[in-house]
Amino acid sequence: MSANFSALFYLISGILFILALRGLSSPETSRQGNYFGIAGMIISIIVTFLSVGNFGAGFIYVLIFLVIGGSIGAFIAFRIPMTAMPELVAGFHSLVGLAAVFVAISAFLKPEAFNLGVVGNIKLASLIEMSLGAAIGAITFSGSIIAFLKLRGIMSGAPITFKGQHLINLLLGITTLFLIYYLCSTQSSNIFWSIVIISFIIGVLLIIPIGGADMPVVISMLNSYSGWAAAGIGFTLENSALIITGALVGSSGAILSYIMCKGMNRSFFNVILGGWGATDQSSSSQSKEEKPVKSGNADDAAFLMKNASSVIIVPGYGMAVAQAQHALREMVDGLKKNGVKVSYAIHPVAGRMPGHMNVLLAEANVPYDEVFELEEINNDFANCDVAYVIGANDVTNPVAKSDPQSPIFGMPVLDVEKSKSVLFVKRSLSPGYAGIDNDLFYRENTLMLFADAKKMTEEIVKSL
Amino acid sequence: MEIDPFIFRLSIFILSIFVGYYVVWSVTPSLHTPLMSVTNAISSVIIVGAIIAALSGSTEEVFATSNMFGFLAIILAAVNIFGGFLVTQRMLQMYKKKKK
Repeated sequence: MSANFSALFYLISGILFILALRGLSSPETSRQGNYFGIAGMIISIIVTFLSVGNFGAGFIYVLIFLVIGGSIGAFIAFRIPMTAMPELVAGFHSLVGLAAVFVAISAFLKPEAFNLGVVGNIKLASLIEMSLGAAIGAITFSGSIIAFLKLRGIMSGAPITFKGQHLINLLLGITTLFLIYYLCSTQSSNIFWSIVIISFIIGVLLIIPIGGADMPVVISMLNSYSGWAAAGIGFTLENSALIITGALVGSSGAILSYIMCKGMNRSFFNVILGGWGATDQSSSSQSKEEKPVKSGNADDAAFLMKNASSVIIVPGYGMAVAQAQHALREMVDGLKKNGVKVSYAIHPVAGRMPGHMNVLLAEANVPYDEVFELEEINNDFANCDVAYVIGANDVTNPVAKSDPQSPIFGMPVLDVEKSKSVLFVKRSLSPGYAGIDNDLFYRENTLMLFADAKKMTEEIVKSL
Repeated sequence: MEIDPFIFRLSIFILSIFVGYYVVWSVTPSLHTPLMSVTNAISSVIIVGAIIAALSGSTEEVFATSNMFGFLAIILAAVNIFGGFLVTQRMLQMYKKKKK
């Protein structure tokens, strides 16, 4: 197949990928979008086979490896529980990163296969592109591995900080740029390998100081990196499908990082520098004055909600940890039978990754038109009879609006306290991730339900 | 003077960033998780490079070092392609309108 002809097909793939993302603007068009994405991928792969035109022994091996990788991927995709989506996505990012590194390595070892010159005399622009692709890919790989380990709980979510951390990162970053410069003048393979190794180290150092609560930002950020790595390789291979995709993914991850940062009222820089949440313990031990708290049981809660005309559910990650989403939906079904209007309020950082809570509710068969984002629903709390807070904490804390001293001051929160009464399911009065006391516990209109989220919800279902 | 093809690729790149910017802002927040998994899947189009690397050279060179890196990259990208699209599909199935 001629180079021009295949370039046209790669362009078509790129457009199909754009349509795949476009489809996600509404749930109705989203499945069609996914098919566009699959079509784009199939076109890219077939065109590549045809343009290489080598159907010898290597071709069989390629097919075998495709099938091996594909079956592993399919197996994971069908088996993964929805609560583990953040780890899965982090794991997948690491694979894209490593694949970018491998492709860059083969391009460096055998540039003639890619029309980039010959060993020892690779085109200058290609050298820069492939070393940037390899460096970003390596950072994506090792960073995602750390994110995966933290999310999976294999590694503690606590930030790991040490003196001079940022200085070391900065020096390593500058060293990499210098090495790329030297690589261009010497074409030395030792320098190329050094770039790859140093980038692996940077990836680790970049993610270890970031605490578990900031993982939604980290995942989005690594999403963005994987895109830039792909774009770097796309420039090396002069392939427009890869360049388009890399740019799409890069900007998508960047936007999601921005949305997540805004949801926590943190600057991106502040998250990256890390160390946040390291002082949790010290702040929680102070202010231990006894304040009066009203607590109730499942019957009280059922009575209150049954007689309400509207109820807003505020789910947080604690609900997913307790696996209470199915019980919750049963409870809502019971309430609806009693003529109660129920909706769900989702905070941008309610889950462990962007949009995570929506997926968890969708899995429990909650219709998506009952689920609302913070801006859409926040005014409705004033007109609602009962707010049922389950597994959420910091995102409901009114302190974020009133106390400029508070670490979460300025963070957008759900105006739960404005509803006529608040039911707060929680095991104890312990503070949330931010390590601060929730003012909401002590409000006149709050009834604490001290229990496991799932058990309490199931009991309410029984007494409805 | 002729324009370097690099400039054309740079133009594609920058325009695509703009397209990405507008398309991603129009994605509904409730689908942000599928957005991440599908971007994951499509970024594995890097498999194109892996295939070129794996198939380069003559038949005797199938197991040369650079080809081996290509094969490894094919496995990684294939995990991502199948895993990414299928898990996205699985999630999107849950967003079907329920029959009342």
